[in-house]
Amino acid sequence: MQVCMENDQDNIINDITSGEYKYGFYTDIETEKIPKGLNEDVIRLISKKKGEPDWLLEFRLKSFRHWLTMKMPGWANLKIPEIDYQDIIYYAAPKQKPAPESIDDIDPELKKTFDRLGIPLEEQKRLSGVAVDAVMDSVSVKTTFRETLAELGIIFCSFSEAVREYPDLVKRYLGTVVPHTDNFFAALNSAVFSDGSFCYIPKGVRCPMELSTYFRINAANTGQFERTLLVADEESYVSYLEGCTAPMRDENQLHAAIVEIIAEKNAEVKYSTVQNWYPGDREGRGGIFNFVTKRGICRGDNSKISWTQVETGSAITWKYPSCILRGDNSIGEFYSVAVTNNHQQADTGTKMIHIGKNTRSTIVSKGISAGHGQNSYRGLVKVLKNASSSRNFSQCDSLLLGDKCGAHTFPYLEVDNQSAIVEHEATTSKIGEDQIFYCNQRGISTEDAIALIVNGYAREVINKLPMEFAVEAQKLLQISLEGSVG
Amino acid sequence: MLSIKNLEAGINGKMILKGISLEVKAGEIHAIMGPNGSGKSTLAAVLAGRDTVEIRGGSVTYMGNDLLQMAPEDRSKEGIFLGFQYPIEIPGVSMVNFMKTAVNEHRKHKGLPQLSASDFLKLMREKKEMVEIDSKLANRSVNEGFSGGEKKKNEIFQMAMLEPKLAILDETDSGLDIDALRIVANGVNRLRRPDNSSIVITHYQRLLDYIVPDVVHVLYDGRIVKTAGKELALELEEKGYDWIRKEVDNQN
Repeated sequence: MQVCMENDQDNIINDITSGEYKYGFYTDIETEKIPKGLNEDVIRLISKKKGEPDWLLEFRLKSFRHWLTMKMPGWANLKIPEIDYQDIIYYAAPKQKPAPESIDDIDPELKKTFDRLGIPLEEQKRLSGVAVDAVMDSVSVKTTFRETLAELGIIFCSFSEAVREYPDLVKRYLGTVVPHTDNFFAALNSAVFSDGSFCYIPKGVRCPMELSTYFRINAANTGQFERTLLVADEESYVSYLEGCTAPMRDENQLHAAIVEIIAEKNAEVKYSTVQNWYPGDREGRGGIFNFVTKRGICRGDNSKISWTQVETGSAITWKYPSCILRGDNSIGEFYSVAVTNNHQQADTGTKMIHIGKNTRSTIVSKGISAGHGQNSYRGLVKVLKNASSSRNFSQCDSLLLGDKCGAHTFPYLEVDNQSAIVEHEATTSKIGEDQIFYCNQRGISTEDAIALIVNGYAREVINKLPMEFAVEAQKLLQISLEGSVG
Repeated sequence: MLSIKNLEAGINGKMILKGISLEVKAGEIHAIMGPNGSGKSTLAAVLAGRDTVEIRGGSVTYMGNDLLQMAPEDRSKEGIFLGFQYPIEIPGVSMVNFMKTAVNEHRKHKGLPQLSASDFLKLMREKKEMVEIDSKLANRSVNEGFSGGEKKKNEIFQMAMLEPKLAILDETDSGLDIDALRIVANGVNRLRRPDNSSIVITHYQRLLDYIVPDVVHVLYDGRIVKTAGKELALELEEKGYDWIRKEVDNQN
């Protein structure tokens, strides 16, 4: 028997990087689409379809005109193929009755789709502690538990409904955290955004259940541009989770979202993401281009915003969930696990902007690279002149599986206050053959050994997720890396 | 139990084991001694299934099966345990989780149901007491930040948890002070049963004061050059490995 180490190692790596994407199916449902391309007429059409007020159309047009002056950012450590913005459909909606009154009015095919994704739309089937807004392509299909939440004064509905029913609230907060001029993708989103979730937690209310939005891309050749606006009024608390999947296709699809969070005095918002857009196949064909601007502002004193993300999907991820710590004693947190396998690329991290006194931020970023994956952490910690006694702690760890992948760290520090304390720790490690063999020798298969090691590595972040989702996220990590060892 | 015949193996093209034959019967403890570089650890690696070692010839039969065809995890589940000379650190993975996974894999292989959390913790407690290991170790990541002695004790603890049929201890005594050595040896002795066997690889005789072998082999330059009873260890201690070297060189 002849055993050659290098070949064997390669084989193991190849085997394990061949996990299958579970959510790659496509629902054959009648879909209303507008023609490809982007111009002011298209924007007017989207706005008209949604029956929007003039001020919102103006906001869109203003954003579009600004977008025309901008160039796609090239600073990220990503190889992005040219995107033809005229070759994208900007609005696609599954055809259904204009406003489904009850669950029975929803197309059974749609219900089936969300059932398959593990997101049943019937309230009695849901985990009782979670309310869901289900979005397919450009529209929200159903928001569960609206009435229960309304009793507490909590507004949780699709963005389009919010525009119709709570125009003043939307107008007051829209674009205040991520202005339409913020960046190329934010400007694009502000021009063409279709749907998303809106959430308002009134003063003094602790939201009794997890709120979540499930985003599904279904139609081909379309982009998804959703917009989420989450307002936590004084002394309130909410935990919010978003999940995303898409069918397997050979073409890339664009997803450019905006999330804005406002936390008033003593409010706390916990925002968790499990991002599992289709990542492309093993050769790097297809997959979602995920360009997302997420930002929260701790407007009031003692407020807190916490981002937790588990990023396993998308061919390209470009996203930096950030916190503007304006209130004194406010707290920003960012916990992230980002996996890049096969030919996936991720440039992700956060920005913590310390403006108020005694503001504190924590950054824990765990990158996992396998196959030919490229994983970059990019983070800014900025302490302004008046942010006395502010503190930041950053920890960026990279884990490599195999020798064809890459991990990169780009930390930026700008500290203008002498009393601030900023700490940064970084490690890079590789799952070694030695570790695998040690596990093998105790009876643990290579695949299980990798799962054990990766889960151990990511535990600190996974533990921050709401319980039900932590289990899901752990499984997802396992599937994403199924068949990747080194 | 174990039958090695004319085993030849090497690493990176260099021959290290040059024809080893060895028979281990149920209930026996064999000691393998020899100077540094004689091939002791390579032999242990071959038996455990490390793929960095290239097998060039010979055969190894374990419980009637061709051992060399078995995957490392299957060898483990069939009862082969290797106590590592340099135990590996696995940050982030707790000893509890690690051992639970291992024990349940072994149970699955035997067709037994998984242990419940409470039964598992009870088992851990028993075994910890048996091998006198600090119970705090179990809450830490696998070998991470353990002292040399703690790592070795942790190997014996894992051995107690998995109850192997054939335990191979690769220089488990190296780097241990006399107290740790005694604890390790006691652990091995307590786990001794008429139906299981051990191969104790060591450079020094002193471990054999505590673990009394049935057979002692001297490995030198990839070959077993001497096999005798436990008194051979004492003779080696007295005369040193030079004595063996001279004897072998004279024969050539």
